[in-house]
Amino acid sequence: MATNKEIVLDPLLSNNPIAVQVLGICSALAVTTKLETSIVMSLAVTVVLMGSNFIIASIRKFIPPSIRIIVQLTIIASLVIVTDQILKAFVYDISKQLSVFVGLIITNCIVMGRAEAFAMQNTGKAAVADALGNGFGYSIVLLLVGFFRELLGSGKLLGFSVFPLVSEGGWYQPNGLMVLAPGAFFLIGIFIWVLRWRKPELVTAD
Amino acid sequence: MEELLSLFVKAVFVENMALAFFLGMCSFLAVSKKVETAMGLGAAVVFVLAVTTPLNNLIYKGFLQEGAMVWIHPSFESIDLSFLNFLTFIATIAATVQVVEMVLDRYMPALYNALGVFLPLIAVNCAILGASLFMVERDYDLVQSTVFGLGSGVGFLLAIVALAAIREKMRYSNVPPALRGLGITFIVTGLMSIAFMAFAGIQL
Repeated sequence: MATNKEIVLDPLLSNNPIAVQVLGICSALAVTTKLETSIVMSLAVTVVLMGSNFIIASIRKFIPPSIRIIVQLTIIASLVIVTDQILKAFVYDISKQLSVFVGLIITNCIVMGRAEAFAMQNTGKAAVADALGNGFGYSIVLLLVGFFRELLGSGKLLGFSVFPLVSEGGWYQPNGLMVLAPGAFFLIGIFIWVLRWRKPELVTAD
Repeated sequence: MEELLSLFVKAVFVENMALAFFLGMCSFLAVSKKVETAMGLGAAVVFVLAVTTPLNNLIYKGFLQEGAMVWIHPSFESIDLSFLNFLTFIATIAATVQVVEMVLDRYMPALYNALGVFLPLIAVNCAILGASLFMVERDYDLVQSTVFGLGSGVGFLLAIVALAAIREKMRYSNVPPALRGLGITFIVTGLMSIAFMAFAGIQL
Protein backbone atom coordinates (compact mmCIF):
# COMPACT_ATOMS: atom_id res chain seq x y z
CA MET A 1 0.00 0.00 0.00
CA ALA A 2 1.48 3.27 -1.10
CA THR A 3 1.64 6.03 1.47
CA ASN A 4 -0.25 9.23 0.92
CA LYS A 5 3.01 11.05 0.18
CA GLU A 6 3.81 8.62 -2.62
CA ILE A 7 0.29 8.93 -3.98
CA VAL A 8 0.69 12.71 -4.19
CA LEU A 9 4.23 12.78 -5.58
CA ASP A 10 4.06 9.93 -8.06
CA PRO A 11 1.77 11.58 -10.66
CA LEU A 12 3.84 14.78 -10.74
CA LEU A 13 6.39 13.44 -13.20
CA SER A 14 6.92 9.69 -13.35
CA ASN A 15 3.22 8.91 -13.70
CA ASN A 16 2.12 12.26 -15.13
CA PRO A 17 -1.53 12.16 -16.24
CA ILE A 18 -0.90 13.94 -19.53
CA ALA A 19 2.53 12.77 -20.59
CA VAL A 20 2.42 9.19 -19.32
CA GLN A 21 -1.19 8.13 -18.71
CA VAL A 22 -2.38 10.04 -21.83
CA LEU A 23 -5.40 11.46 -20.03
CA GLY A 24 -6.99 14.87 -20.34
CA ILE A 25 -5.12 16.04 -23.39
CA CYS A 26 -7.94 17.95 -25.10
CA SER A 27 -8.15 20.72 -22.55
CA ALA A 28 -4.40 20.81 -22.02
CA LEU A 29 -3.99 21.81 -25.65
CA ALA A 30 -6.94 24.10 -26.04
CA VAL A 31 -6.76 26.48 -23.08
CA THR A 32 -3.02 27.06 -22.99
CA THR A 33 -2.76 29.99 -25.40
CA LYS A 34 -2.33 32.22 -22.36
CA LEU A 35 -0.86 31.65 -18.92
CA GLU A 36 -3.88 33.17 -17.21
CA THR A 37 -6.42 30.73 -18.70
CA SER A 38 -4.03 27.86 -17.99
CA ILE A 39 -3.92 28.80 -14.30
CA VAL A 40 -7.71 29.05 -14.04
CA MET A 41 -8.21 25.79 -15.90
CA SER A 42 -5.65 23.96 -13.72
CA LEU A 43 -7.41 25.17 -10.59
CA ALA A 44 -10.83 24.22 -11.92
CA VAL A 45 -9.74 20.71 -12.89
CA THR A 46 -7.91 20.11 -9.60
CA VAL A 47 -10.92 21.24 -7.58
CA VAL A 48 -13.38 19.12 -9.59
CA LEU A 49 -11.00 16.16 -9.41
CA MET A 50 -10.67 16.42 -5.63
CA GLY A 51 -14.41 16.76 -5.17
CA SER A 52 -15.31 13.88 -7.46
CA ASN A 53 -12.61 11.56 -6.12
CA PHE A 54 -13.65 12.27 -2.54
CA ILE A 55 -17.39 11.84 -3.13
CA ILE A 56 -16.99 8.73 -5.25
CA ALA A 57 -14.56 7.14 -2.82
CA SER A 58 -16.86 7.89 0.12
CA ILE A 59 -19.91 6.30 -1.48
CA ARG A 60 -18.11 3.61 -3.48
CA LYS A 61 -19.64 0.79 -1.44
CA PHE A 62 -23.17 1.95 -2.32
CA ILE A 63 -22.66 2.33 -6.08
CA PRO A 64 -23.95 -0.73 -7.97
CA PRO A 65 -21.22 -1.76 -10.44
CA SER A 66 -23.59 -1.96 -13.41
CA ILE A 67 -24.54 1.72 -13.31
CA ARG A 68 -21.33 3.15 -11.88
CA ILE A 69 -20.44 5.14 -15.01
CA ILE A 70 -23.73 7.06 -14.92
CA VAL A 71 -23.36 7.71 -11.18
CA GLN A 72 -19.80 8.96 -11.69
CA LEU A 73 -20.84 11.15 -14.60
CA THR A 74 -23.68 12.68 -12.61
CA ILE A 75 -21.42 13.52 -9.68
CA ILE A 76 -18.76 14.98 -11.96
CA ALA A 77 -21.30 16.94 -14.02
CA SER A 78 -22.83 18.48 -10.89
CA LEU A 79 -19.40 19.56 -9.63
CA VAL A 80 -18.57 21.04 -13.03
CA ILE A 81 -21.82 23.01 -13.08
CA VAL A 82 -20.95 24.51 -9.68
CA THR A 83 -17.43 25.35 -10.90
CA ASP A 84 -18.79 26.90 -14.08
CA GLN A 85 -21.25 29.08 -12.16
CA ILE A 86 -18.49 30.23 -9.78
CA LEU A 87 -16.20 31.09 -12.68
CA LYS A 88 -18.99 32.99 -14.42
CA ALA A 89 -19.73 34.93 -11.23
CA PHE A 90 -16.20 35.94 -10.28
CA VAL A 91 -13.96 35.83 -13.38
CA TYR A 92 -16.44 36.33 -16.21
CA ASP A 93 -13.89 37.35 -18.85
CA ILE A 94 -11.76 34.28 -18.35
CA SER A 95 -14.81 32.05 -18.28
CA LYS A 96 -15.78 33.49 -21.68
CA GLN A 97 -12.30 32.71 -23.03
CA LEU A 98 -12.42 29.16 -21.72
CA SER A 99 -15.80 28.85 -23.50
CA VAL A 100 -16.86 25.23 -23.85
CA PHE A 101 -13.79 23.83 -22.17
CA VAL A 102 -15.11 24.29 -18.64
CA GLY A 103 -18.04 22.08 -19.58
CA LEU A 104 -15.66 19.64 -21.16
CA ILE A 105 -14.06 18.95 -17.77
CA ILE A 106 -16.94 16.45 -17.46
CA THR A 107 -15.54 14.35 -20.24
CA ASN A 108 -11.96 15.11 -19.25
CA CYS A 109 -10.50 11.64 -19.05
CA ILE A 110 -8.44 12.53 -15.96
CA VAL A 111 -11.53 12.95 -13.83
CA MET A 112 -13.29 9.85 -15.14
CA GLY A 113 -10.05 7.86 -15.26
CA ARG A 114 -9.07 8.61 -11.67
CA ALA A 115 -12.61 7.96 -10.43
CA GLU A 116 -12.67 4.61 -12.17
CA ALA A 117 -9.06 3.55 -11.51
CA PHE A 118 -8.48 4.89 -8.02
CA ALA A 119 -11.48 6.29 -6.16
CA MET A 120 -13.58 3.15 -6.66
CA GLN A 121 -11.05 1.05 -4.71
CA ASN A 122 -9.70 3.39 -2.08
CA THR A 123 -10.70 5.39 0.99
CA GLY A 124 -11.73 9.03 0.76
CA LYS A 125 -8.46 10.26 2.25
CA ALA A 126 -6.27 8.38 -0.20
CA ALA A 127 -8.52 9.46 -3.05
CA VAL A 128 -8.06 13.14 -2.17
CA ALA A 129 -4.29 12.61 -2.09
CA ASP A 130 -4.49 10.95 -5.50
CA ALA A 131 -6.60 13.81 -6.84
CA LEU A 132 -4.11 16.36 -5.51
CA GLY A 133 -1.21 14.55 -7.14
CA ASN A 134 -2.92 14.14 -10.48
CA GLY A 135 -4.28 17.68 -10.39
CA PHE A 136 -0.78 19.03 -9.82
CA GLY A 137 0.66 16.76 -12.50
CA TYR A 138 -1.90 18.14 -14.93
CA SER A 139 -1.26 21.70 -13.78
CA ILE A 140 2.51 21.39 -14.27
CA VAL A 141 2.06 20.52 -17.95
CA LEU A 142 -0.61 23.18 -18.44
CA LEU A 143 1.44 25.92 -16.81
CA LEU A 144 4.60 25.00 -18.72
CA VAL A 145 2.81 24.91 -22.07
CA GLY A 146 0.85 28.07 -21.25
CA PHE A 147 4.05 29.86 -20.18
CA PHE A 148 5.89 29.11 -23.41
CA ARG A 149 2.91 29.71 -25.68
CA GLU A 150 2.16 33.12 -24.25
CA LEU A 151 5.81 34.15 -24.00
CA LEU A 152 6.82 33.05 -27.49
CA GLY A 153 3.48 33.69 -29.14
CA SER A 154 2.81 37.21 -27.96
CA GLY A 155 5.87 38.22 -25.91
CA LYS A 156 3.79 38.61 -22.77
CA LEU A 157 3.24 36.87 -19.46
CA LEU A 158 -0.11 37.21 -17.69
CA GLY A 159 -0.78 40.16 -19.99
CA PHE A 160 2.39 42.06 -19.03
CA SER A 161 4.88 42.72 -21.79
CA VAL A 162 8.11 40.76 -21.28
CA PHE A 163 9.63 40.90 -24.73
CA PRO A 164 8.88 44.28 -26.35
CA LEU A 165 7.25 43.57 -29.72
CA VAL A 166 8.53 44.83 -33.06
CA SER A 167 5.14 46.37 -33.75
CA GLU A 168 5.49 48.48 -30.61
CA GLY A 169 9.06 49.58 -31.30
CA GLY A 170 10.78 46.67 -29.51
CA TRP A 171 12.91 43.85 -30.89
CA TYR A 172 10.78 40.68 -30.51
CA GLN A 173 9.03 39.32 -33.58
CA PRO A 174 6.19 37.21 -32.11
CA ASN A 175 5.96 33.61 -33.27
CA GLY A 176 2.36 33.33 -34.42
CA LEU A 177 2.55 29.55 -34.70
CA MET A 178 2.67 29.24 -30.91
CA VAL A 179 -0.74 30.81 -30.44
CA LEU A 180 -2.30 28.51 -33.04
CA ALA A 181 -3.15 24.83 -32.64
CA PRO A 182 0.08 23.29 -34.03
CA GLY A 183 2.24 25.09 -31.46
CA ALA A 184 0.45 23.28 -28.65
CA PHE A 185 1.00 19.90 -30.25
CA PHE A 186 4.70 20.58 -30.75
CA LEU A 187 5.22 21.84 -27.20
CA ILE A 188 3.55 18.83 -25.59
CA GLY A 189 5.46 16.52 -27.94
CA ILE A 190 8.71 18.17 -26.85
CA PHE A 191 7.68 17.98 -23.17
CA ILE A 192 7.11 14.23 -23.52
CA TRP A 193 10.40 13.89 -25.36
CA VAL A 194 12.37 15.64 -22.59
CA LEU A 195 10.54 13.72 -19.86
CA ARG A 196 11.28 10.37 -21.44
CA TRP A 197 14.85 11.30 -22.19
CA ARG A 198 15.38 12.10 -18.51
CA LYS A 199 13.45 9.02 -17.37
CA PRO A 200 14.30 6.23 -19.82
CA GLU A 201 12.09 3.71 -18.00
CA LEU A 202 9.06 5.48 -19.51
CA VAL A 203 10.12 4.85 -23.11
CA THR A 204 7.58 2.75 -25.01
CA ALA A 205 8.14 0.41 -27.94
CA ASP A 206 6.37 2.17 -30.79
CA MET B 1 -28.77 25.56 -48.92
CA GLU B 2 -25.47 27.23 -49.81
CA GLU B 3 -25.13 28.41 -46.27
CA LEU B 4 -25.55 24.85 -45.00
CA LEU B 5 -22.96 23.54 -47.43
CA SER B 6 -20.54 26.17 -46.25
CA LEU B 7 -21.25 25.20 -42.63
CA PHE B 8 -20.53 21.57 -43.47
CA VAL B 9 -17.24 22.31 -45.21
CA LYS B 10 -16.25 24.57 -42.35
CA ALA B 11 -16.99 21.88 -39.78
CA VAL B 12 -15.04 19.25 -41.73
CA PHE B 13 -11.92 21.20 -42.67
CA VAL B 14 -11.52 24.66 -41.19
CA GLU B 15 -12.87 23.95 -37.72
CA ASN B 16 -11.82 20.35 -37.57
CA MET B 17 -12.77 18.95 -34.16
CA ALA B 18 -9.51 17.13 -33.55
CA LEU B 19 -6.95 19.37 -35.21
CA ALA B 20 -8.32 22.84 -34.55
CA PHE B 21 -10.21 22.44 -31.27
CA PHE B 22 -8.33 19.45 -29.84
CA LEU B 23 -11.56 17.65 -29.00
CA GLY B 24 -11.63 13.89 -28.70
CA MET B 25 -7.84 13.88 -28.37
CA CYS B 26 -7.69 10.97 -25.93
CA SER B 27 -9.27 8.50 -28.32
CA PHE B 28 -7.66 10.28 -31.26
CA LEU B 29 -4.22 9.37 -29.91
CA ALA B 30 -5.12 6.03 -28.36
CA VAL B 31 -7.04 4.43 -31.23
CA SER B 32 -4.94 5.62 -34.18
CA LYS B 33 -2.41 2.80 -34.32
CA LYS B 34 -4.18 0.97 -37.15
CA VAL B 35 -6.26 2.32 -40.05
CA GLU B 36 -8.89 -0.36 -39.54
CA THR B 37 -9.69 0.44 -35.91
CA ALA B 38 -9.44 4.15 -36.65
CA MET B 39 -12.13 3.67 -39.31
CA GLY B 40 -14.35 1.90 -36.76
CA LEU B 41 -14.04 4.63 -34.16
CA GLY B 42 -14.45 7.36 -36.77
CA ALA B 43 -17.64 5.82 -38.12
CA ALA B 44 -19.07 5.49 -34.61
CA VAL B 45 -18.26 9.14 -33.88
CA VAL B 46 -19.94 10.34 -37.11
CA PHE B 47 -23.03 8.34 -36.24
CA VAL B 48 -23.35 9.45 -32.63
CA LEU B 49 -22.56 13.10 -33.43
CA ALA B 50 -25.16 13.23 -36.16
CA VAL B 51 -27.78 11.92 -33.73
CA THR B 52 -26.93 13.68 -30.46
CA THR B 53 -26.26 17.22 -31.70
CA PRO B 54 -29.77 17.77 -33.15
CA LEU B 55 -31.30 15.89 -30.21
CA ASN B 56 -29.57 18.15 -27.71
CA ASN B 57 -30.62 21.11 -29.82
CA LEU B 58 -34.26 20.08 -29.46
CA ILE B 59 -33.90 19.59 -25.72
CA TYR B 60 -32.11 22.89 -25.26
CA LYS B 61 -34.59 24.89 -27.32
CA GLY B 62 -37.57 23.06 -25.84
CA PHE B 63 -36.75 22.97 -22.15
CA LEU B 64 -33.53 24.58 -20.99
CA GLN B 65 -33.29 27.96 -22.70
CA GLU B 66 -34.70 30.97 -20.91
CA GLY B 67 -38.44 31.14 -21.58
CA ALA B 68 -38.31 27.91 -23.59
CA MET B 69 -41.05 26.20 -21.63
CA VAL B 70 -43.77 28.66 -22.58
CA TRP B 71 -45.26 25.97 -24.79
CA ILE B 72 -46.11 23.93 -21.69
CA HIS B 73 -47.69 26.75 -19.75
CA PRO B 74 -47.43 30.54 -20.16
CA SER B 75 -46.46 30.99 -16.52
CA PHE B 76 -43.16 29.18 -17.15
CA GLU B 77 -41.92 32.16 -19.12
CA SER B 78 -39.31 33.31 -16.62
CA ILE B 79 -37.76 29.91 -16.03
CA ASP B 80 -34.14 29.65 -17.17
CA LEU B 81 -32.70 26.18 -16.83
CA SER B 82 -29.71 26.71 -19.10
CA PHE B 83 -27.31 26.11 -16.19
CA LEU B 84 -28.40 22.47 -16.33
CA ASN B 85 -27.11 22.04 -19.87
CA PHE B 86 -23.96 20.03 -19.02
CA LEU B 87 -25.88 17.53 -16.96
CA THR B 88 -28.66 17.17 -19.51
CA PHE B 89 -26.36 16.89 -22.51
CA ILE B 90 -24.13 14.24 -20.98
CA ALA B 91 -27.18 12.25 -19.90
CA THR B 92 -28.65 12.49 -23.42
CA ILE B 93 -25.37 11.40 -24.94
CA ALA B 94 -24.93 8.45 -22.58
CA ALA B 95 -28.53 7.37 -23.15
CA THR B 96 -28.28 7.77 -26.94
CA VAL B 97 -25.11 5.71 -27.05
CA GLN B 98 -26.82 2.99 -25.05
CA VAL B 99 -29.90 3.00 -27.29
CA VAL B 100 -27.85 3.07 -30.48
CA GLU B 101 -25.86 0.13 -29.17
CA MET B 102 -28.98 -1.93 -28.49
CA VAL B 103 -30.63 -1.05 -31.82
CA LEU B 104 -27.53 -1.89 -33.79
CA ASP B 105 -27.10 -5.15 -31.91
CA ARG B 106 -30.65 -6.16 -32.76
CA TYR B 107 -31.01 -5.01 -36.36
CA MET B 108 -27.52 -4.52 -37.80
CA PRO B 109 -25.23 -7.06 -36.14
CA ALA B 110 -22.54 -6.64 -38.80
CA LEU B 111 -22.19 -2.91 -38.11
CA TYR B 112 -22.42 -3.60 -34.37
CA ASN B 113 -19.51 -6.00 -34.53
CA ALA B 114 -17.52 -3.58 -36.64
CA LEU B 115 -17.97 -0.72 -34.17
CA GLY B 116 -17.46 -3.09 -31.24
CA VAL B 117 -15.92 -1.63 -28.11
CA PHE B 118 -15.85 1.89 -29.52
CA LEU B 119 -19.51 2.67 -29.00
CA PRO B 120 -19.49 2.73 -25.17
CA LEU B 121 -16.19 4.64 -25.20
CA ILE B 122 -17.80 7.39 -27.19
CA ALA B 123 -20.00 8.51 -24.31
CA VAL B 124 -16.94 10.12 -22.76
CA ASN B 125 -15.41 11.36 -26.01
CA CYS B 126 -15.23 15.12 -25.59
CA ALA B 127 -15.84 15.73 -29.30
CA ILE B 128 -19.46 14.66 -28.78
CA LEU B 129 -20.16 16.88 -25.79
CA GLY B 130 -18.07 19.62 -27.38
CA ALA B 131 -20.25 19.68 -30.50
CA SER B 132 -23.37 20.10 -28.37
CA LEU B 133 -21.80 22.92 -26.38
CA PHE B 134 -20.62 24.68 -29.54
CA MET B 135 -24.14 24.30 -30.90
CA VAL B 136 -25.48 26.22 -27.88
CA GLU B 137 -22.73 28.82 -27.98
CA ARG B 138 -23.28 29.54 -31.67
CA ASP B 139 -27.05 29.38 -31.47
CA TYR B 140 -27.64 26.92 -34.33
CA ASP B 141 -31.17 25.88 -35.28
CA LEU B 142 -32.23 22.27 -35.79
CA VAL B 143 -31.11 21.91 -39.42
CA GLN B 144 -27.86 23.74 -38.84
CA SER B 145 -27.01 21.60 -35.84
CA THR B 146 -27.66 18.39 -37.81
CA VAL B 147 -25.31 19.58 -40.53
CA PHE B 148 -22.78 20.75 -37.96
CA GLY B 149 -22.89 17.42 -36.09
CA LEU B 150 -22.46 15.44 -39.27
CA GLY B 151 -19.66 17.70 -40.53
CA SER B 152 -17.76 17.54 -37.24
CA GLY B 153 -18.02 13.76 -37.29
CA VAL B 154 -16.72 13.49 -40.84
CA GLY B 155 -13.87 15.85 -39.97
CA PHE B 156 -12.90 13.68 -37.01
CA LEU B 157 -13.07 10.53 -39.15
CA LEU B 158 -10.86 12.12 -41.78
CA ALA B 159 -8.27 13.26 -39.26
CA ILE B 160 -8.05 10.00 -37.30
CA VAL B 161 -7.80 7.82 -40.43
CA ALA B 162 -5.09 10.07 -41.86
CA LEU B 163 -3.14 9.94 -38.59
CA ALA B 164 -3.48 6.15 -38.40
CA ALA B 165 -2.16 5.81 -41.97
CA ILE B 166 0.85 7.96 -41.11
CA ARG B 167 1.52 5.97 -37.94
CA GLU B 168 1.40 2.69 -39.86
CA LYS B 169 4.08 4.00 -42.21
CA MET B 170 6.10 5.43 -39.37
CA ARG B 171 6.86 1.99 -38.04
CA TYR B 172 9.60 1.76 -40.67
CA SER B 173 11.33 4.99 -39.72
CA ASN B 174 14.06 5.46 -37.18
CA VAL B 175 12.57 7.69 -34.48
CA PRO B 176 14.76 8.65 -31.47
CA PRO B 177 13.88 6.21 -28.65
CA ALA B 178 12.57 8.85 -26.22
CA LEU B 179 10.30 10.31 -28.86
CA ARG B 180 8.73 7.00 -29.92
CA GLY B 181 5.05 6.43 -29.38
CA LEU B 182 3.26 9.38 -27.87
CA GLY B 183 5.92 12.04 -28.51
CA ILE B 184 6.22 11.59 -32.26
CA THR B 185 2.46 11.24 -32.55
CA PHE B 186 2.07 14.71 -31.07
CA ILE B 187 4.60 16.18 -33.51
CA VAL B 188 2.91 14.48 -36.47
CA THR B 189 -0.48 15.74 -35.31
CA GLY B 190 1.01 19.23 -35.10
CA LEU B 191 2.21 18.96 -38.70
CA MET B 192 -1.23 17.70 -39.80
CA SER B 193 -2.79 20.61 -37.98
CA ILE B 194 -0.58 23.03 -39.94
CA ALA B 195 -1.74 21.35 -43.14
CA PHE B 196 -5.37 21.75 -42.12
CA MET B 197 -4.79 25.43 -41.39
CA ALA B 198 -4.34 25.87 -45.11
CA PHE B 199 -8.11 25.40 -45.39
CA ALA B 200 -8.79 28.51 -43.34
CA GLY B 201 -10.38 31.19 -45.43
CA ILE B 202 -12.21 28.78 -47.73
CA GLN B 203 -15.63 30.23 -48.43
CA LEU B 204 -18.24 28.58 -50.59
